[in-house]
Amino acid sequence: MRGSPVTLEPPGPEPTGLGRFGEFGGRFVPETLVPALIDLEHNFREAWASEVFRAELTELLTSYAGRPTPVTECHRLSERLGLRVLLKREDLTHTGSHKINNVLGQALLTRRMQKQRVIAETGAGQHGVATATVAALFGLDCVVFMGAVDVERQALNVFRMQSLGADVVPVTSGSATLKDAINEALRDWVATVDTTHYCIGSVVGPHPYPWMVREFQRVVGDEAREQCRAILGTDPDLVVACVGGGSNAIGTFAGFLDTSARLVGVEAGGHGLESGQHGASVSRGVPGVLHGSRSLFLQDEDGQILEAHSISAGLDYPGVGPEHAELAATGRAEYAFATDDEAVAGFQLLSVTEGIVPALEPAHAIGWLARESGRAVPAGSTVLVTLSGRGDKDVALIAERLTGERL
Amino acid sequence: MTISLEAHLRARREAGHKLLVPYVTGGLGDDWLDVLHAVADAGADAVEIGIPFSDPVMDGVTIQEASRRALERGATPAGIVAEIASDDFEVPLAVMTYTNPVAHMGFRRFAAALAGAGISGAIVPDLPLDELDGWGDAADDAGVETVLLAAPPTPDDRLRAICERSHGFVYGVTLMGVTGERDHLASQAHEMGERCKAVTDKPVLLGLGISNPEQAVEASRFADGVIVGSALVSRVLKGGGPDAAHEFVRELRVALDQSTQPTR
Repeated sequence: MRGSPVTLEPPGPEPTGLGRFGEFGGRFVPETLVPALIDLEHNFREAWASEVFRAELTELLTSYAGRPTPVTECHRLSERLGLRVLLKREDLTHTGSHKINNVLGQALLTRRMQKQRVIAETGAGQHGVATATVAALFGLDCVVFMGAVDVERQALNVFRMQSLGADVVPVTSGSATLKDAINEALRDWVATVDTTHYCIGSVVGPHPYPWMVREFQRVVGDEAREQCRAILGTDPDLVVACVGGGSNAIGTFAGFLDTSARLVGVEAGGHGLESGQHGASVSRGVPGVLHGSRSLFLQDEDGQILEAHSISAGLDYPGVGPEHAELAATGRAEYAFATDDEAVAGFQLLSVTEGIVPALEPAHAIGWLARESGRAVPAGSTVLVTLSGRGDKDVALIAERLTGERL
Repeated sequence: MTISLEAHLRARREAGHKLLVPYVTGGLGDDWLDVLHAVADAGADAVEIGIPFSDPVMDGVTIQEASRRALERGATPAGIVAEIASDDFEVPLAVMTYTNPVAHMGFRRFAAALAGAGISGAIVPDLPLDELDGWGDAADDAGVETVLLAAPPTPDDRLRAICERSHGFVYGVTLMGVTGERDHLASQAHEMGERCKAVTDKPVLLGLGISNPEQAVEASRFADGVIVGSALVSRVLKGGGPDAAHEFVRELRVALDQSTQPTR
């Protein structure tokens, strides 16, 4: 079901005080960045309250990004799992993932702040591609920081970004993945904040980013709720989304927070939680401060941040957005995990049952659902899964994993 | 006995000296305590000791690399503080680290550990004024002086509040950027020093990018002194050890002292 053109809902609940969700959030950054963050918050508040801004964003989301995205009822998958499964199809947006929703909003803000350059960090490359896309659309200079490991495993998206005119900077420090790309983007931003907007790709970072990115992504959940009601006549029993930093999940959850639906975020279980090689920061993380906010992070006994592991570069992050930490603390959302193997199984299952090739990130959500159907998910449940992105970028990696040969 | 950072720096300033605070990465090499002694002997007025963190976003490549090497060698916050506690220094010491290792140990436990080791102050660059409460109270109660950073874009009213809340000294950030050696003193250094000096009587030190004696002398004209980090750490990273550290800090000291001599 596709529904009518999107109209953005009024702003959602704000974090309290200094950008806190309960005890999480905040603005833990060097003084050099504080004035810019206060300015960004001011600009976002004004813009988000402005009908003109919202109308312009709505127009871009409709005519450029292709919203509203449909909700697809998955008959063959449902039969296989003994559930009724609906997919929110963010894979069908321009650039192929939910990331476009956020970057269109931030690009409009960049123009409003009269900045000419955007920087971004990316793991799987989806946020980098989305940022490079809107930078081209708005005529902005664009630099994307990407861990050297991810540059290697996401070569297709690197080429896409370069084709769009972006400069892709491989980051070799630390684990050379998303966490280190964020560090490097922050270092760049400290030096260029007068002329540069840092387009953060998830609900992480200092206030106002976790709030602002949620607001730009809540269109996913707001649309999905109306679409589910039209199809099911009510809300789904369960709403499931994968969680790295957590932007597609928080955008989805935002539409269902005031319903009775169970909300489940699926984290990267990697080689299994006991292996220590995973990205399950809600399940195994402890409170800490990284990248500007207080949240849950994987860390050692001395407070050094650990490297995360996931087959999916988009989930390979040792932390989670602060609002997720708060949703977990209050119990409003549950956080589970799927291993690398289960994600690959989810990738295959959705591909063969529905003709939809998912990105490895939402394949975790499918993999978890397949594992838990008839267990944590009672038979006959109605389930909405956000399919946050399409799988083109991951096909070569999965082929190599399954066949041992490079395509 | 712990020496008060602010009292000591004020006294040195009142005696006509320009202040010099070198930065040493804690746990960098087996002889890191010798490096610390060497810079103190060479004329440092206080020493800043970096407690390495895995994700140091305020630091450029030199201090990132030093932190990485120290962590690889097994350096930990508790271990560094314990090593300092087992030694004696004649100048006040301040640690520089990030919020997460501090919060992970617990604000009160960390503050007590510093005080117990005779460490006078702490600089936590990703803990700005608005987020200071938990750590600030714990540090105050333990008698640890929390040094705050003021930066070029900091508005005047906020600058005043930062100078008010900062203890030990005020750390004036000379440029928009991260730590690291630079060819020239940043153009914002002059204004940063004068803006801070206009609103506080506390010692004002300028830091970031100050790489040689000439830049140290130039920067100290606008403030009470300077902090020198990457240029010193790079000499240690290159294998220079305590001798190279001593020689470099001595050069800085001599240049600063000569700059304050009355001309005939």
